[in-house]
Amino acid sequence: MLANYGYKDASGDYFITIDTDKCNGCGDCAAVCPVDLFAGMDEDPNDPLRVEPVAIVAGTKKNKVKYECNPCKPEANRPPLPCVAACATAAISHSW
Amino acid sequence: MTEDKKEFWRWTESNWKNPDMEWKDAQFISVGIDVGSVSSQAVIMADGQVLAYGNMRTGSDSPNSARNALNFAMEALGDMPEDRMDYCIGTGYGRVNVPFADRTITEIACHARGANFIYGPNVRTVLDVGGQDIKAIQCDEKGKVTNFLMNDKCAAGTGRGMEVFADMLGVSIQEVGDRSFEFKGEEPPAVSSTCVVYAKSEAAGLLRMGWAREKVLAAYCKAMAERIYSLVERVGVKSEFAVTGGMAKNRGVMDRIMPLIGMDRLTTPWDTQIAGAVGAALFSHALCMKGKGRKK
Repeated sequence: MLANYGYKDASGDYFITIDTDKCNGCGDCAAVCPVDLFAGMDEDPNDPLRVEPVAIVAGTKKNKVKYECNPCKPEANRPPLPCVAACATAAISHSW
Repeated sequence: MTEDKKEFWRWTESNWKNPDMEWKDAQFISVGIDVGSVSSQAVIMADGQVLAYGNMRTGSDSPNSARNALNFAMEALGDMPEDRMDYCIGTGYGRVNVPFADRTITEIACHARGANFIYGPNVRTVLDVGGQDIKAIQCDEKGKVTNFLMNDKCAAGTGRGMEVFADMLGVSIQEVGDRSFEFKGEEPPAVSSTCVVYAKSEAAGLLRMGWAREKVLAAYCKAMAERIYSLVERVGVKSEFAVTGGMAKNRGVMDRIMPLIGMDRLTTPWDTQIAGAVGAALFSHALCMKGKGRKK
């Protein structure tokens, strides 16, 4: 399942997508994120019959990802994002 | 001079009982409660079929709203004692405040499952336009979510926005759809503001310019359709397409989205507002079957 966390407003699309079929709930993304964007590894709230844990974007953060993620995106030609780089299964992507 | 207190936003609450079924014959009674920001629904299922439901307005107090919705559904059912319920799942915005729920499940999962039940297994894209959020969901033939997006950051394109508009223009919310097509002449361009608050000021300006109410409604419905479509587009549309939530009853917005999407939406005799609660009741039933019910 592609879980899109974020929003769209007049300035653009701000979504963090977690592919839960790839995510194994290892927690590497949460460990490297400087702003604790990931609420931790838990059972998937959108797939109640799944048992394995999965990375979830915190409910308090998902409506401000543009600002939360800003420190990791200082310039257009930026280095790989810590969360994306840390994910061994390439489950995380950003829309902007 | 008396003040006119007519509430144009107010929609009709309803409850229903399946005339072909009796609770006494059921092995498992599963319940789903969907406490949304605007409306609350309770669906009572007997062995995976809808037995009764209640659909009413959410008050300022979530636990009470959940209780009222359940009581409303029980009223339709008549004489079933409440401890006959085997399992109850809460969903929706106020799901953490359903005191008698055995567990909670997000509305994303419930709406996909509910749409799968209401519209049949061919549904692949579900658009839920609720009171204060929009959900675009793709699901498989079992109603399992494969891709979703929810916008709950702003009220643009939601039911609440439409209520604000209905109230401002003095048109009953249930007539908005038809009235927006009553304007004779060329379809006006969409209101340019996506924000409900700004769109309301913009509409006030249009009224001052002498636009008919129907024309303003048409322009706002168009703006909502475009706003909603921009979110659906991101998830992508796969056939077949279905809409749940109160906005599915608003022809003014729905008939303007369909040309953008380029396919027809499925129709149903069910009340589209109960989809989330139906999904919750189905999960509730699934958990019963797994032996997690019968808490007594």
